[in-house]
Amino acid sequence: MKIVVCIKQVPSTEARVQMDPIKGTLIREGVESVVNPFDEYAIEEGIRLKERYGGEVTVISMGPPQAKEALKTALAMGADKAVLLSDRAFAGSDTLATAYTLSLGIKKLGDIDIVICGKQATDGDTAQVGPGLAQRLNLRQITYVSKIREINLKNRKITAERLIESGTQVVSTALPALITVVKDINQPRIPNIFSIKKATRAEIPVWGMQDLGGDPKDFGFDGSPTQVVRIFTPPPRQGGEIIQGEVPEAVAKLIEALTSRNIINL
Amino acid sequence: EKKATVEDISDYKGVMVFVEHEFGKIHSVSFELLGKGREIADNLGVSLSAMLIGAEGDSMALEVARYDVDTIYVCNSTWLKDYQTNTYVAEAENIIRTYKPEIVLIGATTLGRDFAGALAARLKTGLTADCTELSVDMEKRLLLQTRPAFGGNIMATIISPNRRPQMATVRPKVMAMPEPVKNPDVQIIQVQPVSGPQDMLLDILEFIPDTAGTVNLADADIIISGGRGMKGPENFSMLFELAELLGGAVGASRAAVDSGWMPYAHQVGQTGRTVRPKLYIACGISGAIQHLAGMQTSENIVAINKDPDAPIFKVATFGIVGDLFKVVPELIRQIKYKKQQMAS
Ligand SMILES: Cc1cc2nc3c(=O)[nH]c(=O)nc-3n(C[C@H](O)[C@H](O)[C@H](O)COP(=O)(O)OP(=O)(O)OC[C@H]3O[C@@H](n4cnc5c(N)ncnc54)[C@H](O)[C@@H]3O)c2cc1C
Ligand SMILES: Cc1cc2nc3c(=O)[nH]c(=O)nc-3n(C[C@H](O)[C@H](O)[C@H](O)COP(=O)(O)OP(=O)(O)OC[C@H]3O[C@@H](n4cnc5c(N)ncnc54)[C@H](O)[C@@H]3O)c2cc1C
Repeated sequence: MKIVVCIKQVPSTEARVQMDPIKGTLIREGVESVVNPFDEYAIEEGIRLKERYGGEVTVISMGPPQAKEALKTALAMGADKAVLLSDRAFAGSDTLATAYTLSLGIKKLGDIDIVICGKQATDGDTAQVGPGLAQRLNLRQITYVSKIREINLKNRKITAERLIESGTQVVSTALPALITVVKDINQPRIPNIFSIKKATRAEIPVWGMQDLGGDPKDFGFDGSPTQVVRIFTPPPRQGGEIIQGEVPEAVAKLIEALTSRNIINL
Repeated sequence: EKKATVEDISDYKGVMVFVEHEFGKIHSVSFELLGKGREIADNLGVSLSAMLIGAEGDSMALEVARYDVDTIYVCNSTWLKDYQTNTYVAEAENIIRTYKPEIVLIGATTLGRDFAGALAARLKTGLTADCTELSVDMEKRLLLQTRPAFGGNIMATIISPNRRPQMATVRPKVMAMPEPVKNPDVQIIQVQPVSGPQDMLLDILEFIPDTAGTVNLADADIIISGGRGMKGPENFSMLFELAELLGGAVGASRAAVDSGWMPYAHQVGQTGRTVRPKLYIACGISGAIQHLAGMQTSENIVAINKDPDAPIFKVATFGIVGDLFKVVPELIRQIKYKKQQMAS
């Protein structure tokens, strides 16, 4: 089975993002980068599918050169190959341009059976790249997958559980397909020292705009219909009131505060 | 492949809302969007329409008509009964390319995100995710779309100046629910489907409702959440009791989920659900940044924690420093007593 996992490098949430007060842009220097947490589940699921059904896992990322680090993490976990899509021309990509660029990279990999994305990235937070990519590649999409029940390679079918608002939906569709995964699909493995060392030495091919072909107008800023015009820090939440007193008294005051403000109605 | 929608953006006029429904019920976010859509349409001096794809379109249209909409495009067919990405996107693409709205609004629900991401890619237009604020730049006639990113740490205002329609998904419960109008004056236009039964690419085999919660988190006005401080799964029963008394749902921190005390569906936070209830009560939750990312935009937050320095108190509207095993039962006791008093 040919498995492709899309991963994004994101700023660690431990390191709070800072804003440049003059330029109004994000300061990314000096901020620790990690694999998007949801993509760790995607990598793990790719590797598990390989272990279950045989085949090969390729991880792909679009980003600056340092995104190689994220790809190496995936290799250390057990992915077989990695490709970085990187070019100055890709800068400023919104989700439309990102999905376009990734789709060209994946097409270049040849025939594939399944593409796995995370549910969303923790920085851009849009959850739009997966569905956009499925459209570009003309793949069936199953979003919010919490379990892959079965892949039948003979009938070329995938059956999966997806987490929707009011419960779990079980669906089945034909391969090739694109899925996006949520956290409870698995527990990502922690790579051992040996595989980390091996991954550190891996040569990761970098494909730029020329390698991908496509229309220059569809990449980066030019290919991105959305423009961020302003970035600001939300006003900090007003630190509230600590209700004093012994438990029964404090609880009574709390109920009074909530009912008098119509927050609860008894 | 069809051409992009770039050509002549002045052809695009009006505001259109996608009506989301599941199991025959219209999602309340669609009505909220009709309320906001009306305001935007009035500002721009254009009309407001709704796009209704389904199998019971005509009866649903009567319900939608009550929300002061000018036109409803109904695309009705048996195979459109349940949402599927492929069929719904095909119909929506057809409706948008035919009737050319300048703005399309969609709820930022699981269904809405699955749909909007695919639709925008098909139309090759901009899509702003998960907006919490929409307004209009009157001079340029552009939609100003404001949304949280980086787990709510920053806000960004986004425009799509060069392509149409301008598309946005909007979080449920952010826009006010509009009042229904008395004598709706609406035009209903039947649209012939362009998809067919062969376009249903998914087999929907089964639906397993979430039984652990009485109300689902995304819809709940009140959420009672428990964290590691709950000590074990059995103690969540008191949170369920409190939730039932208040008509709410039960959430959990990742620590509680990872310990196996609650199913993942209940996890609130960066890798769980984002919620925005009227009241969020955090019991034995420290308030790690990843937890706050999923709940800090709640209207009101109550924190119950024995550690006065717990970061959750920094975002709490009201805090009680104390042992939750004393505070929560007392809360239940006093609420029950009050309710009885009210009843008699
Ligand atoms: C503050 C801010 C707000 C933004 N708002 C919007 C917006 O509303 N609309 C919009 O179109 N763009 C927006 N963007 C741009 C957007 O973040 C980028 O286009 C980004 O490359 C992908 O979007 P995402 O981070 O939301 O990823 P998501 O769509 O949330 O990611 C889902 C999955 O797609 C895959 N994936 C995503 N990016 C990559 C990548 N670079 N390489 C490999 N796989 C990837 C991963 O599997 C990931 O788990 C915004 C950017 C910023 C900084
Ligand atoms: C990439 C990433 C993603 C994450 N995503 C999420 C997420 O989506 N959601 C999430 O919640 N976390 C998430 N986390 C984990 C997060 O960092 C915290 O570890 C987690 O939120 C802690 O849960 P907690 O507050 O229940 O536990 P703790 O931090 O252990 O806090 C327990 C609290 O209970 C209090 N307490 C104990 N006993 C009592 C008592 N008897 N009465 C009153 N108070 C008591 C303690 O004072 C303490 O403040 C994520 C972490 C990472 C790295």
